[in-house]
Amino acid sequence: MVHHDDMTSAAPAIAYENVGKSFEQGHTKAIDDVSLNVTAGEFLAVVGASGSGKTTLLRLANRLIAPDSGRVRVQGNDVRGVDPITLRRSIGYVFQSGGLFPHMTVAGNIGITPRLLGTPAQEIFDRVDELIDLVRLDRSHRNRFPHELSGGQRQRVGVARALAAKPAIVLMDEPFGALDPLTRDALGEDYRALHRSLGLTTVMITHDMAEALLLADRVAVMREGRLVAQGTAQELSNSTDAYVGQLLNTPRRQAERLQELLPKGRT
Amino acid sequence: MNFLSDPRWSDALSRLPDYLGNHVRVSLAALALGLAISFPLALIVRRQPLLRDIALGFASIVQTVPGLALLALFYPLLLALAALSLQWFGQGFSAFGFLPSVLALALYSMLPVLRNTITGLQGIDPAIIEAAEGVGMTQRQSLTMVELPLALPVIMAGIRTAAVWVIGTATLSTPIGQTSLGNYIFAGLQTQNWVFVLFGCVAAAALALAVDQLLALIEGGVRLHSRPRIVLGCLGLVALIAATLMPSMARTKTTIIVGAKTFTEQYVLSALITHRLQAAGLSASSREGLGSNVIFEALASGDIDVYVDYSGTLWANQLKRTDIKQRKELLSDLTATLKDKYGISLLGELGFENAYALVMPRKRAEELGIHTIADLAPRASSLSIAGDYEFFSRPEWTALRQSYSLSFRQQRQMQPDFMYAAVTAGDVDVIAGYTSDGLIAKYDLVVLDDPKSAIPPYDAIVLISPKRAGDQTLRQALQPLLGKIDIATMREANLRAAGGDSNSSPDAVARWLWEKVSKR
Repeated sequence: MVHHDDMTSAAPAIAYENVGKSFEQGHTKAIDDVSLNVTAGEFLAVVGASGSGKTTLLRLANRLIAPDSGRVRVQGNDVRGVDPITLRRSIGYVFQSGGLFPHMTVAGNIGITPRLLGTPAQEIFDRVDELIDLVRLDRSHRNRFPHELSGGQRQRVGVARALAAKPAIVLMDEPFGALDPLTRDALGEDYRALHRSLGLTTVMITHDMAEALLLADRVAVMREGRLVAQGTAQELSNSTDAYVGQLLNTPRRQAERLQELLPKGRT
Repeated sequence: MNFLSDPRWSDALSRLPDYLGNHVRVSLAALALGLAISFPLALIVRRQPLLRDIALGFASIVQTVPGLALLALFYPLLLALAALSLQWFGQGFSAFGFLPSVLALALYSMLPVLRNTITGLQGIDPAIIEAAEGVGMTQRQSLTMVELPLALPVIMAGIRTAAVWVIGTATLSTPIGQTSLGNYIFAGLQTQNWVFVLFGCVAAAALALAVDQLLALIEGGVRLHSRPRIVLGCLGLVALIAATLMPSMARTKTTIIVGAKTFTEQYVLSALITHRLQAAGLSASSREGLGSNVIFEALASGDIDVYVDYSGTLWANQLKRTDIKQRKELLSDLTATLKDKYGISLLGELGFENAYALVMPRKRAEELGIHTIADLAPRASSLSIAGDYEFFSRPEWTALRQSYSLSFRQQRQMQPDFMYAAVTAGDVDVIAGYTSDGLIAKYDLVVLDDPKSAIPPYDAIVLISPKRAGDQTLRQALQPLLGKIDIATMREANLRAAGGDSNSSPDAVARWLWEKVSKR
């Protein structure tokens, strides 16, 4: 099932080892002694409020940020020993509300990383078509500009762009946050399918516990720069941490209430 | 006469290829240089607040300097540099015309490009720059593939502003020897040829407008991702530049350049000299509207070949002499010094003087029984005097005051054109006029004698550049003019040239003058 099994089963895809990171000359501790392994082929969601350090955690993985202390390994290698440009090109990154380049067409945006890697134009052209199909966009969108697309379409382009250079790892920064519920649900499901079929390792950031539980294999909970819990839905519900309890309560109550409100057997 | 059938229109039109071509050439070079400096500068300083403020501050200060002053400043600066270069490397360069104009205009173009490039780059959504980093772009790739393309519409708007400023300000490069559309305006203002003034203004405005619209087309194309617009705009610009530059490139290079200062008499005399040289089979053209100091240096360095100056002016301004000599003595001294110091040949005198002189209405002078400055002196304390902007700080005024113990009730400065009317109307009693001015005859004014010879002689003299010193054809061609133009003839010529009708163009007056002179 997992394509990269033979290469990556030995080491975790991403390993955080006692990582610390401060901003503003040490005044703000964004990440405080975090250790976390992301297994190859796993879909991990990182949940936390704004300012909990979850985005910083994500950026440490492709060295958009360097750690102050501890070590970040990607596929076994300390990121400090890897050229950051090469590292970033090898990891897919989906930005909050797309982060598309407004002056480039859909094709230009999707093909950007292969272009940076020097892939021949014809190959990029074919790859773009393939990805447009993969993220279930219409090929007629190829030459449109981002401002001509809907929010959901833009985010599909964002996903396609992240996948263009066939990365093993995809990092997603609140990718579906700004979308309406239907689009959000459809996109989430579509991505989950891609994650499986392509054998990706995915780390997704979200502040929505329900989304995290529904999409991810495992959930890590961040609070004030510290990792307070990690595990499957089952494991989290056994947690004694009050904050984790709070986070789980909301979807649980919503689910119960919806159960009462919605007549069964109809969708 | 029908407005449009005025021959001055066709005269103006015939000069257009030369003026427009030179205008485009200097503007284009200045804009290219300005861009080449300010664009990289903006990239360097944009992330460093201190450097950025210094660069923007400097550019803003440059912008507050009036265009004419900025252009004028570059001439002496380059002159000094040229002298240093000659001393150090044995190789000088021309500080005249093109170079100082390009440098000054390039400085002038910096602010909009600098400011718009910086604000354009700073205005980009940080999330997009982050995305560029995230997909694996290097800093340089992020700049060239994302930031610059996104800032391009704003940068283009800055280039547009710069282009319009440069094209407008380039009209002011005429006085430092760069032919431009300003030649129409400067010549027109001096000789009251309003057709020229209008023509120059309209041509400069049309050029600026055309360039602005073509750049706007490109800017719009960049903004809307429309390749046809960008291509069309670029083609339009190339076509405009080619069309304006071609004629001036194709023109045979004129061999002899005749200079003229910024007043009517000079325009007429340079036209006359140009006609004579052309009649002798030499190719010649005139370069008009040059500043008083610019023109002498230009002759000394061979940027122009011949022009008319006045002995007293050179004596005081160029040789910095304060002693006042008799005519013959001064001329021979001047001839020798110019030759020794600059290699300039003094071909000879035209026959009239254009000196400062104290001038009064004839009737008033007769009533008061004033014929000479000596007669004026005892009455001066009850009279007022007006002079041009420099007269009262010139050595002549000091000499006059000391020789005759002159002390007027009041002294005023005036625009030279208005002095004659003012003294005629009785607004002032005496003016420091110019002896060859046509208005003296027109208003029936009288020039007061100077029995103590306090004012140095101002013989109109023909000067030839060092490199033309041995040109016998040139000397022969101008020989018939020497000693032939008396003061009355020159006054009449100047009066005609100030006429403001179609017969008052310097060319027409020069032809009239030659008709009179050739019979002598």
